[in-house]
Amino acid sequence: MKGSMQPRRFRIDKVYWETDDTFTHELIPIDEGRFFNFHPGQFNMIYIFGVGEIPISICGDPDINTRLYHTTRVVGDVTKRKQHLKVGDLLGIRGPFGNGWPVEKAKGRDVVVIAGGIGLAPLRPIIYHFLNHRDDYESITLIYGTRSPDKILYRKELEEWSSRLDMDVSVTVDAAGRTWKGPVGVVTKLIPRIISNPDNSTAFVCGPEIMMRFTAVELLKRNFAEQNIFLSMERNHKCGIGFCGHCQLGSYFLCKDGPVFSYDKLKSYLSLKEV
Amino acid sequence: MENLEKILSEHPFFRDLDEDSLNLIVGCASNVRFEKDDMIIREGDKADKFYIIREGSVALEIQGPGKGKITIDTLSDGEILGWSWLFPPYHWRFDGHAQDRVRAIGLDGKCLREKCEENHDLGYELLKRFSQIIDQRLQATRLQLLDIYGIPS
Amino acid sequence: MYQEVDMAKLNPESVVILQKDDLAKLLNILRSHSYQTIGPTLRENAIVYDEIQGMEDLPIGWTDSQEKGSYRLEKRNDDAYFGYNVGPYSWKTYLSPARVRVCNASRSENGFNVVQETGNAPNYAFIGVRPCDVKAIKILDKVFINDFCVDNVYGNRRKQSFIVAVNCTEAGNTCFCSSMGTGPKSEEGFDLCLTEIVTEQSHFFVTEIGSDKALEVLEALSPQTASESEIKEAERRIENAAQSMGRNLNTDRIHDLMFDNYRHPQWDDIAERCLSCANCTMVCPTCFCNTVEEKTDLEGDNAERWRIWDSCFTLEYSYIHGGSVRHSTKSRYRQWMTHKLASWHDQFDTSGCVGCGRCITWCPVGIDITEEVSAIRNSSTVPEETVDQPR
Repeated sequence: MKGSMQPRRFRIDKVYWETDDTFTHELIPIDEGRFFNFHPGQFNMIYIFGVGEIPISICGDPDINTRLYHTTRVVGDVTKRKQHLKVGDLLGIRGPFGNGWPVEKAKGRDVVVIAGGIGLAPLRPIIYHFLNHRDDYESITLIYGTRSPDKILYRKELEEWSSRLDMDVSVTVDAAGRTWKGPVGVVTKLIPRIISNPDNSTAFVCGPEIMMRFTAVELLKRNFAEQNIFLSMERNHKCGIGFCGHCQLGSYFLCKDGPVFSYDKLKSYLSLKEV
Repeated sequence: MENLEKILSEHPFFRDLDEDSLNLIVGCASNVRFEKDDMIIREGDKADKFYIIREGSVALEIQGPGKGKITIDTLSDGEILGWSWLFPPYHWRFDGHAQDRVRAIGLDGKCLREKCEENHDLGYELLKRFSQIIDQRLQATRLQLLDIYGIPS
Repeated sequence: MYQEVDMAKLNPESVVILQKDDLAKLLNILRSHSYQTIGPTLRENAIVYDEIQGMEDLPIGWTDSQEKGSYRLEKRNDDAYFGYNVGPYSWKTYLSPARVRVCNASRSENGFNVVQETGNAPNYAFIGVRPCDVKAIKILDKVFINDFCVDNVYGNRRKQSFIVAVNCTEAGNTCFCSSMGTGPKSEEGFDLCLTEIVTEQSHFFVTEIGSDKALEVLEALSPQTASESEIKEAERRIENAAQSMGRNLNTDRIHDLMFDNYRHPQWDDIAERCLSCANCTMVCPTCFCNTVEEKTDLEGDNAERWRIWDSCFTLEYSYIHGGSVRHSTKSRYRQWMTHKLASWHDQFDTSGCVGCGRCITWCPVGIDITEEVSAIRNSSTVPEETVDQPR
């Protein structure tokens, strides 16, 4: 598999529209092997026949390897085409690529998951993982910020998680109408309210780069150690195996060294523009 | 009054404030309670108070362009509502709408303004603390303005 | 005067003499070993690498004159085979081609089928590889053949390649291999390495043997071992090239120099001149970036996936949803140069620059990487916010 440009074919079994512009494909492998194993935070290169490949993070439960889930937001040419695929259509998959979230580093600790916008997708597997192995972790907190109430992803899961007694979920939006009863404001606003024990906490953050930058600053203000803050970075990907050069961030290739890094490994780049 | 003093001294906004200043502030404070959907402050009204929210949450709202009221921020437990009392002409710029039952300490702005004029140490302390909050909200507002989750044009 | 050589006594460290005519024979032997022989040849007023059938295809008696943004061919006053420096092509053209099909896909009843290209990689013998380019191939080896992954396209071509290097006895005006420690003599990474010696009386090649494969190829030629004086003469000529380098690049702490100067005003200065044309990345023997394009037929029933060279100078290169990460020319030039001279060390434990000078010669506005490095070095103050290198 490694080094191969040959995609495995998967059939679209279900399509869920999460919002007006974001949908999730549930996929079943049809080529060699019925299983697809991955680590939370990894991504795949998704091939659409006649169109091309795009990198998309895996957003399903890492303990389920018979089905593959990808949430896509319609923003570019490939994603525009992808939205027209129907149940039964085929997709090609190469992957999984990237290092993923270092869940083992959070064992026995409080975990704080902070998502911004579509950044919740690459974090969903880690939440599944924490809940599947609930006893391995202390408190679990999810803070999720998005644009407006109608852009909230995974409503069903969020409701389920909110109703759990062993998990704390907060969702905030940048602006809302009167029907929204939850908090309004940027995601960083919720951090001071929720975190109590920074020494024993590990944070996993994903969202637009600027959101991660501000979030990291807020976490540092709350005495989080730099090496306990993990961010997942985004760059262009064409190959996923370190040959195309597109995913470079300073000295890193995100496809093999990342996309997840602790803050201390990133801070010098985050303070610079256009790196 | 003793109760109020305790509540205020334990509130992060007043943390490490000297006792004399705290006493002056307590003199302008009162316990208040709002029911769900009460308008705590209204855009354009005289801003003669600010609130330290003890429990509940308040939506800061403004009339959006043609689409009814938009909530631009929510404030809840431990946060401060209102600083228009500090700046002339002392009018609220937003509506403050109780999203649920809200318990708060109300502080009389006019009373505090006068005390600050007389006692600049108190004035400096208060302004320092408010500036921090204003700074935080300004930064948050800038982030919101960027519309970072929106589809880029 | 010469002793006949017992091939059994030759080993990959031996130095032998190949006469002018031996070289033609060598080419034939390689071709009979089913190698496709690629070497320098004249085309479109430049010396480029293409298939050569015999020595007559070489640019015999030609040389090149290179300067910032300038390349001219000139006649030599001898019949040297390799009397010129590097041209606009490099060997990556053959090892990781500018366009190569990686997959074929076709519509099927229930969707599509996709098959990875498994065509046999060509057997290349590269004739006349300069030391800087031998090093460039070694660098590409690290990029494409590593513990993380092996690239099929490059890996298969490289595995089969036969390298006949040629040491430089003259340096070009844009050359700075001495600074980069990559030339003008090749130390390793070749099968054979020639040093050409042309005098009025003689024309021969002091030849180092670098592999068992080369021993096998040489067997039919029964070459004589080189005498001490011949080896000395070769060394003298190489030293002459070392002394006449057209450019110099001070590599002292270059990694930190680049990383500490992300905010240096020189980048703005470069951006005023740089056209973002990507020439430097195309001619660079180590620039490896590529992208994949999907080509479909008119019916939309068949698609091909082609890997093509890409450049960090394009806007699309760093595109993520929301726009390009590096939207200014300044940031793209900085990315290129910092990658070459600094991040490459972190990524592949070597410089990405071999000092071949191609980027200087082929830059349409004459941007000179050696000048830009000294401009930064000479006016570099450690900024207040020193950028820590994350590794």
